[in-house]
Amino acid sequence: MRIFKDAGHLFRLAALFAAGTLLFFVIRGFVVPRSFGEYGHYRGAAIAEIAAHPIRFAGQGTCETCHADVAQAKSGGKHAQVHCEACHGPLAKHADDPSIDPGKPDTAALCVRCHAASAARPKDFPQVDAEQHAGGVACQTCHQPHSPAIGAASGGTK
Amino acid sequence: MTITRRQLLILLPAAAVAWESVLAGTPEASPNYTMTEHWWSMLIDIPKCIGCGNCVRACQAENDVPDGFFRTWVERYHVADWHLANPEVISPDGGEEGFPVAKEDQGKYFFVPKLCNQCADSPCTQVCPVGATFISPDGVVLVDQKYCLGCAYCVQACPYGCRYIHPQKKVADKCTLCYHRIRKGLTTACCEACPTGARQLADLKNPNDPIHAFLKTNSVQVLKPQMATGAKVFYNALDGSVR
Amino acid sequence: MPGVEGFMYPNEVSLYWSVLIVLYPYITGLVAGAFILASLARIFRVEAVKPTYRLALLTALAFLIVAPLPLQLHLGHPERSLEMYMTPHRSSAMAMFGFVYLWYLMAVLVVEIWLDFRADIVALSQSTRGWRHWLYKAMTLGSDNVSPRALQIDERVGWLVTLIGVPSAFLLHGYVGFIFGSIKANPWWSSPLMPVVFIFSAMVSGIAAVMLLYMATTRMRGKVIDMRCVDTIAMYLFYIFIVDFSLEMLDLIHRIYEADESFRSLDFMVHTRLYFSQIVLQILVGTLTPLVLLFLTQIATLREVVRKRIYAAAGSLALVGILAMRWNVVIGGQLFSKSFLGYTTNKMALATREGLLVSIALLLLPLPILAVLVKILPPWPEGEHTAIPEAVATP
Repeated sequence: MRIFKDAGHLFRLAALFAAGTLLFFVIRGFVVPRSFGEYGHYRGAAIAEIAAHPIRFAGQGTCETCHADVAQAKSGGKHAQVHCEACHGPLAKHADDPSIDPGKPDTAALCVRCHAASAARPKDFPQVDAEQHAGGVACQTCHQPHSPAIGAASGGTK
Repeated sequence: MTITRRQLLILLPAAAVAWESVLAGTPEASPNYTMTEHWWSMLIDIPKCIGCGNCVRACQAENDVPDGFFRTWVERYHVADWHLANPEVISPDGGEEGFPVAKEDQGKYFFVPKLCNQCADSPCTQVCPVGATFISPDGVVLVDQKYCLGCAYCVQACPYGCRYIHPQKKVADKCTLCYHRIRKGLTTACCEACPTGARQLADLKNPNDPIHAFLKTNSVQVLKPQMATGAKVFYNALDGSVR
Repeated sequence: MPGVEGFMYPNEVSLYWSVLIVLYPYITGLVAGAFILASLARIFRVEAVKPTYRLALLTALAFLIVAPLPLQLHLGHPERSLEMYMTPHRSSAMAMFGFVYLWYLMAVLVVEIWLDFRADIVALSQSTRGWRHWLYKAMTLGSDNVSPRALQIDERVGWLVTLIGVPSAFLLHGYVGFIFGSIKANPWWSSPLMPVVFIFSAMVSGIAAVMLLYMATTRMRGKVIDMRCVDTIAMYLFYIFIVDFSLEMLDLIHRIYEADESFRSLDFMVHTRLYFSQIVLQILVGTLTPLVLLFLTQIATLREVVRKRIYAAAGSLALVGILAMRWNVVIGGQLFSKSFLGYTTNKMALATREGLLVSIALLLLPLPILAVLVKILPPWPEGEHTAIPEAVATP
């Protein structure tokens, strides 16, 4: 057939393109990760990978299993809703191996982070000008951090 | 605090077991967690935020957030009189070390913690060319850092500025709502560290979640509602000046 | 924070899309524009521009080969870039663009060049020796049929490919515009006009580039510039430039009039951080000046040498102006905060992967590639290439 003879080169081109497309799908079969598409257009295995990241903050619940007395003291006081690690920092390592001593937080820097008086803070939030209030004396001299109100049960004394 | 040695001998193994079960939380090891039973979100209570920056520091510690980038940050607004369109906003190092003391004046001040809004119709997942960022079946927008090309299209598409390219890993990074924690029954690092309860994790599929009651009875907003992103981080008492 | 004015969301301070992302729409724009010029000859039967037909196609190919390079250099993980073809996310304009690029390269440009040059390729495969012979033989795909009927089929199919190629070229560069224009988070980008503006500015840059290349290569070869050809190209350049400028002005006027929440911030940015690149480079030097110059050639009868100089000047300024436009879109879109309360600065290094030296190299790279292409497939006008060019003479 004349048309095929004179268009032979076009059929070769088409064949080349078809071969390329086929090769593409073959490569794709090998390269696309197995779990892709499991839950949506993404690698399903990624979810488990992300969920397996290391934990740094143990969470108040874990602290309470050993330190029930502190939890008890805290629950009655003004810091009841302040979780342990909010002041003590990440303690998962300590929970994992209690022989690791996390050290006590430095109240000189710690307390003022929340309680330094600022017009920007909510008006009903307890805040003081540290100099005027304590004149350089460390906060825990008078305030027991776990139940800081003066005169509270297991609180501090003036 | 005093613990007798006897108490310690009893408590230590108990704690170890408790901690083990927490650490062991792979999907297979926690058969109780079914993704489709959860739809995670967060409530931020603006009047409670005191701008202490605990959440920013906790997130950085929990998630190895690189210097100069933020998975969560706190902004401080100062609105003079009725000028909602011209607030003065600062976020020194994302609020990492708190904020400078503000002097009393006529305006109103408040703090706005921000994080990834875990959008249900997120523009970031829409534009990802390869499917490296996605919303999990339990409602958390995540980045597959083994698949991400680092093209930064998602960073451009996020209206809230909550994404960045990790300077060392060269892939997209952002708040994961501490997915690795919430799957194990813990709360997020930022909520754990917040001293005033201004940030609270919420599970919208849990009918007993106290946030449901809150959402039904309080005036809540999302950031940039006109973007129609389906944002799932709700704010209580969000001022109209917030950007 | 150094370089930051006002308030920015903390993660916005550094720019994520660098000058490389400025280059990529510029280079694909040159491709689309060059192709449109070629299609003027083939589809719209503008005989006058025929001398530039083949050169325009090869120019498009040279630039299209370079186009993915800025993207690869920009990616955090270029080794994963094949993922865009393996698992393309259909809702992503960027992913779909990968296929538009592939379609345009393979199904349009390469096929059209092959069909148009096939007779020459066959002739060259028969008249050369050594590796050149094998190169041309491979390019013939093993077929040496250059009978009148076969060539007629080539002509018809080539015409069809060019016909499909015109909307494909629009799609190629319109898509790039859509990549920006579909980002609702960014008011500097988000606009239905963006793809259209990109297409017309692409045409300006591509046509200007081919015009300059034609004039330069003709001079280099010691031949006479076909003034009828260049006059016609300049005329098309002028009218397309008017449309492009009108579209940009429409966007500007619309923004100023509606003055939505982003306006004050964007206005301030244009008057300060973007002043030089937008007002001076893009508008004054890169658009108004070439428009005025081209206008002069349209209304006045000027001597040939004057016209040539004006075309060279206008063409060069247009290329600068369109590059500035890409800069203003990409970089400008990242200089302001999405809070509309602050601005940052663009820090471009000199010798890093995304720095100035690399950018200059990428802009120049298509030229040596084009030089190689014209050696392999001489595009020079009828009557000049039937004799075997010296470069492929038998050793």
